[in-house]
Amino acid sequence: MVSRSTHDHKPLIYEVRGGVGESPVRPDGTLKVKGEFAYASDLWLDDALFGVTLRSPHPRARITGIDISGALEIPGVYAVLTHADVPGTKHYGLDHSDQPVLAIDEVRYEGEPVAVLAATDPHTARRAVGRIVVSYEELEPLTDARQAVFDSSVPPIHPDGNVVRNQPIRHGDPDTATAEVVVTAEYEVGMQDQAFLGPESGLAVPAADGGVDLYIATQWLHVDRSQIAACLGLPEEKVRLTLAGVGGAFGAREDLSMQVHACLLALHTGRPVRMMYGREESFFGHVHRHPAWMRYEHGATRDGKLVYVKATIVLDGGAYASTTKAVVGNAASLGAGPYEVPHVSIDAYGARTNNPPCGAMRGFGAVQACFGYESQMDALAEKLGLDPVEFRARNAVSQGSYLPTGQVIDSPAPLAEMLRKAAATPMPAARSTMELGELPGGYGNTTHGEGVRRGVGFGVGIKNICFSEGFDDYSTATVRLELVAGEPVATVHTAAAEVGQGLVTLQGQIVRTELGVEAVTIRPADTSVGSAGSTSASRQSYMSGGAVKAACEAVRAQVATLVGRAEPDIQLTGGKVVSATTGVVADLADVLADGAVEETAVFRHRPTVPLDPFTGQGDSHVQLALCVHRAIVDVDVELGLVKVVELAAVQDVGRIMNRESLEGQIHGGTAQGLGLALMEEIQVTDGRIRNPSFTDYLIPTILDMPPMRLEILEYADPHAPYGLRGAGEPPTLSSTPAIVAAVRAATGLPLRRIPIRPEHITQQ
Amino acid sequence: MDFLRPTTWADALSAKAEHPDAMPIAGGTDLMVGLNFGQPPPPALLDLTAVGELAGWDRDDGTIRIGAGVTYSQIIAELARECPALAVASRTVGSPQIRNRATVAGNLGTASPAGDAHPPLLATGALVEASSVRGTRVIDIDDFFLGVKRNALAPDELIRAVRVPVAAGPQQFAKIGTRNAMVIAVCTVAVALDPVRRSVGTGIGSAAPTPRRAVEAEALAAANLPWSSGGALAEDLARDFGNRVAAAASPIDDVRGTAAYRRHSLAVLARRALQWTWAEMTGGPR
Ligand SMILES: Cc1cc2nc3c(=O)[nH]c(=O)nc-3n(C[C@H](O)[C@H](O)[C@H](O)COP(=O)(O)OP(=O)(O)OC[C@H]3O[C@@H](n4cnc5c(N)ncnc54)[C@H](O)[C@@H]3O)c2cc1C
Repeated sequence: MVSRSTHDHKPLIYEVRGGVGESPVRPDGTLKVKGEFAYASDLWLDDALFGVTLRSPHPRARITGIDISGALEIPGVYAVLTHADVPGTKHYGLDHSDQPVLAIDEVRYEGEPVAVLAATDPHTARRAVGRIVVSYEELEPLTDARQAVFDSSVPPIHPDGNVVRNQPIRHGDPDTATAEVVVTAEYEVGMQDQAFLGPESGLAVPAADGGVDLYIATQWLHVDRSQIAACLGLPEEKVRLTLAGVGGAFGAREDLSMQVHACLLALHTGRPVRMMYGREESFFGHVHRHPAWMRYEHGATRDGKLVYVKATIVLDGGAYASTTKAVVGNAASLGAGPYEVPHVSIDAYGARTNNPPCGAMRGFGAVQACFGYESQMDALAEKLGLDPVEFRARNAVSQGSYLPTGQVIDSPAPLAEMLRKAAATPMPAARSTMELGELPGGYGNTTHGEGVRRGVGFGVGIKNICFSEGFDDYSTATVRLELVAGEPVATVHTAAAEVGQGLVTLQGQIVRTELGVEAVTIRPADTSVGSAGSTSASRQSYMSGGAVKAACEAVRAQVATLVGRAEPDIQLTGGKVVSATTGVVADLADVLADGAVEETAVFRHRPTVPLDPFTGQGDSHVQLALCVHRAIVDVDVELGLVKVVELAAVQDVGRIMNRESLEGQIHGGTAQGLGLALMEEIQVTDGRIRNPSFTDYLIPTILDMPPMRLEILEYADPHAPYGLRGAGEPPTLSSTPAIVAAVRAATGLPLRRIPIRPEHITQQ
Repeated sequence: MDFLRPTTWADALSAKAEHPDAMPIAGGTDLMVGLNFGQPPPPALLDLTAVGELAGWDRDDGTIRIGAGVTYSQIIAELARECPALAVASRTVGSPQIRNRATVAGNLGTASPAGDAHPPLLATGALVEASSVRGTRVIDIDDFFLGVKRNALAPDELIRAVRVPVAAGPQQFAKIGTRNAMVIAVCTVAVALDPVRRSVGTGIGSAAPTPRRAVEAEALAAANLPWSSGGALAEDLARDFGNRVAAAASPIDDVRGTAAYRRHSLAVLARRALQWTWAEMTGGPR
C-alpha cells in the first residue's frame, strides 16, 4: 500500500486497490454465477402465507359482482381482499394516481388485478383464487392509440380523458420552412418487454407497531414507500422497505406490482405474506415499453444540411398513466435527434387505451423517436446521394449546439468524431467458413450461402441522463469510518437499488478512492436512510455515486478537523492522513481510536425546468449522452432471416469508472436494441397479449448476439461527479436503427416497422 | 401425486398397466413446462430414467434402434452418420441443457406439430416400437400422429424405442426460427434420398395440425431425379419439388409466423434441401 517516504510533497497518487477506474470483482458476481445469490423470489419465512392475484380476463369490462364466498370456504385460505378492503387511497401511480390498487367497478386492461388472496401455500392459493366469481359485463376496448388521441368521438376510458400529455416543440420557424429535398414516412415500434429474469416477488411482514416491513425487488424504495403508505393509510415511517435481490429491472420495476397487495394481506391476516408472480403472470404484472406510431418529415438542402424536422409521435401508454408523461417529454425534446436543425415542429402525445399499461423501459421515449429520426436520416442521405455517416456528421451537434428545446449543450458532445471513429472501425473479415453458426438461420441449417446478402448500417442516439423537467432529483448517502479489529473500515448506506448494473461495486470503488481504505462494507439498501432516487435514467453512478462521494468528502473534512487541518489540504490514502503540503500527518487508525466518523450527504444535480407546454422550450435536461453503432448483418433475403455479424459501438462516457461494468452495460444495452430490431414484441390483438411466455416472447440468445468492438471516449462533463456521463441507456437507442439500416442495405426494403419479422423481408 | 420409478422395462410396463393414467416422464422438458404452466398434475408420474434398457441404441442389420431414453446430445454425438437428418434436427432442439435431457421418445409422446424430431422420422420411414404388458407392436410413423398433440399410443403403452433405417443416401433437415437458438419452429423440412430404392422421403413440421409427409413432392422427385446419369438437378425440378412440399402443408397464422410465410419458406427450404442432398450424392458441393 503506501510505501512512499513520509515527507514526499509531490501530489499523491491513490494507491489503494479497487478504486475508481479499476474493475474490482463484484461482491455479488460469484454468487450470481453459481446460482447462490438470494433473489426476491427466494425470500422465505416459515409461517409465511402465500399471496396470489385474481386478474381480469378482459381488456375492458364493467364488474357487476364479486363473490368471494367459494374461495373463503377452502381450508387454508386466510383472506380474500377486494378494493373495498383498501384502507387508504384506492389509487396509486408514479406521477398521476389513476391506477386502482384493486379494480373498482371496471377493469381497463387484460390482467388487471381484481382481488388478492392469501393461503397457506401456493397450491391452495391458486386453487382458491379460481373459486372467486367475478361477473363482468364486457365493453368494447379502446385499443388504437391514435384514435384515443385524435378521435374526439371516442368516449374516454378515464374521467379526465385519454390523452395523458401532448407536448409540442416549436423551434425556429417550422411553419414556413421549405427545403430542396424532403423525405416523409411513417414508422411503428412494437411493444417491447423488459424481460427481466427474476419475476416480481416480495415478502411483507406485519410489525408490532401496526406497520409493515416489506422486502421487495424494486428500483426505488422510497417512491414505493410513499405510494404504499398512502394506500395502506399508514404514516410513511410505519412502512419500512428493504431491497431484496433484484433479478433485472430495465424500468419494469419502477411501477408498483404486488407491493400494496402483499402488505394489505399481511396486515389483514397478521401473518407474513410472500408473493411471487409466475412467468406468464409477470407479462401482465408490469409495464412495457410504449409502442409508437410516428410520422416524420425531414427537409434538407441539396448539399446535405438539415432545414427542418416535423414530426407527430403517438405513444400508447395503455390503461394507466404510469410514467407516460415523462416518456412523452423525452420523445418530444429528443425527437429530432442529436442534430442541428434550424426549424423543428414536433407534437408528441401519450395516450391511455385498453392495451397493457406501458411505462419505463431502458431508453424511455428516446428509443422510439430514435428509430424514427435515424430511419429518416438514412432515407435523406440516400435521396441526397450522400454517405450516411458523412450526412450525419455534417449535421451533428457538438458542444454549444442548441437542442430544439432551446437548451444549449454545455458539455462535450463529440458526435462527428464518434461517427468517424465508428466508420473507421476495421471491418470484420469476410465470412471464411460455411459454419452454420455464422449464417442466417444458424444451426437451423436453412442456408449454405444461398440468398445471403451483407448490409452495413449506422445509428446514433441521444439520451437524457437523470430526471428531467424540473424534477427535484437527489440521492442520499451515509458513510461511516471506524475501526474494526484495529483497522479502518468504511461502511456505506444508501437506499439505491442494485439491479445488476454494478452500483454496489461502484460505491465501494468511490469510497476506496476518496477515503483510502480498502475494506468497504455496503449495507443493504433500505428506507432507514434518505431516498436515493430511482435506479433508472442512467442516473445512479451520477446521483448515488455523487452522494457517496459527497459523504466521503464530509468524512474527510471531519477527519481533517480532528487532526487540526483544513479539508482541501488533507487526503486519506493507504490508511494514513496525508497533507498535500507536509506529508503524512497521522495514522487514520489513531484518529479513529476515539470513535467513528460518520457523515450523511444529500447530492442534487443542477436544476432543470419543465418544458413550456406550448412551445416546448426550456433547459429540461441535466446531461445528454451519445452513442453510435455500426451494424453488419447477413440477411437470407429469400427466407427473411437475419444474422447480425458484428456490432461496433462508440460511446462517450465522460469517465470510465469501472470498465468491466461499463462494457457489460454497452453489450447488454446493445443486445436489448438488437432484440427490438429483430424479435422482441409483445403481440397484442384487441387488447389481449398473445405471447406471454419466453417460448414466444423471444429475446436474443448468445447465438444471436455477435461479438462487439467498443470504443469508449472520456470527454469529461465538468458538471458531473468525476466528469462521468450516465452510460446504461444510450447503447439501447442506437443499436436498433443501426441494425435496421443494415438490413435495409442488404434487402433494399424500406422496413418501417420494428421488430422486423421474416415475413416483412420476404413480403408475405 | 404418486411417483413411480421402475428400474426394469418389465416393471415399467406393469406399472403402466396398473396405472394407465400415470404420466411417463423421460427428460421432463415438455412435461415439467406443462406442469409449471398450470396444467392439472397427473395422478402419478412414471419416471423412466432409471430403466437401464432404454438408455442406449443398437444396430440391427440396416436399422438403428434408438432406446426411449436416448437424448438428443447422444444422437448428435453418436448417430450423425447413420441418421443424418435426425442428428441435424437434434442439433436445433432447445439449448445444450435441453438436449442433454430431452428424448425423441418424449418428442413423440407430446406429438406436437412443432416437434423437431418428427420430420426426419417421417422422411426416413421410421417405426415406433410401442410396448405394453400385452406385448409389443410396431407403429409406422405415418400412422403415429393422429392430431394436434395426439398420438397412436394406447393408454397402457409405452414407447420402447424408435427404429430408424440407416441412411442409404444423403439427408437434410432445415428449421426456420425467428432467432438462432432456443426457438420453436416456424416451419421445418426434412428430405432423405434413397439411391438404392430411388426414392425420396419428406417430412414437414409446424405447418399442419400434425407433422406430415409431402407425398406428391416425393413422387415428383423420385420420378424425375436423374438417378441413372447422376447429372445435375434441374432448377425447375427443385423448384417444383419445393412448391409441392409447400402445397402439402396446411399452415395457420399465429404469433410465430403467417401461413403465407410458412408456405413460402417451406418451398424455399425444400428446394434447398433437395439441392443439397442431390449435390452431396453426386459429389458436388453441398
Ligand atoms: C427450453 C426448451 C426448449 C425446447 N426446444 C425444443 C425444440 O427446439 N424442438 C422441439 O422439438 N422441442 C423442444 N422442446 C420440447 C421438448 O424438449 C421436446 O419435445 C423433447 O423431445 C421432449 O422430451 P423429454 O424426454 O423431455 O419428454 P418428457 O417431457 O419427459 O415427456 C414428454 C411427453 O412424452 C411422454 N413420454 C415420455 N417418454 C415416453 C415413453 N417412453 N413412452 C410414452 N410416452 C412417453 C410423456 O408422458 C409426456 O407426455 C423444448 C423444451 C424446452 C423446455
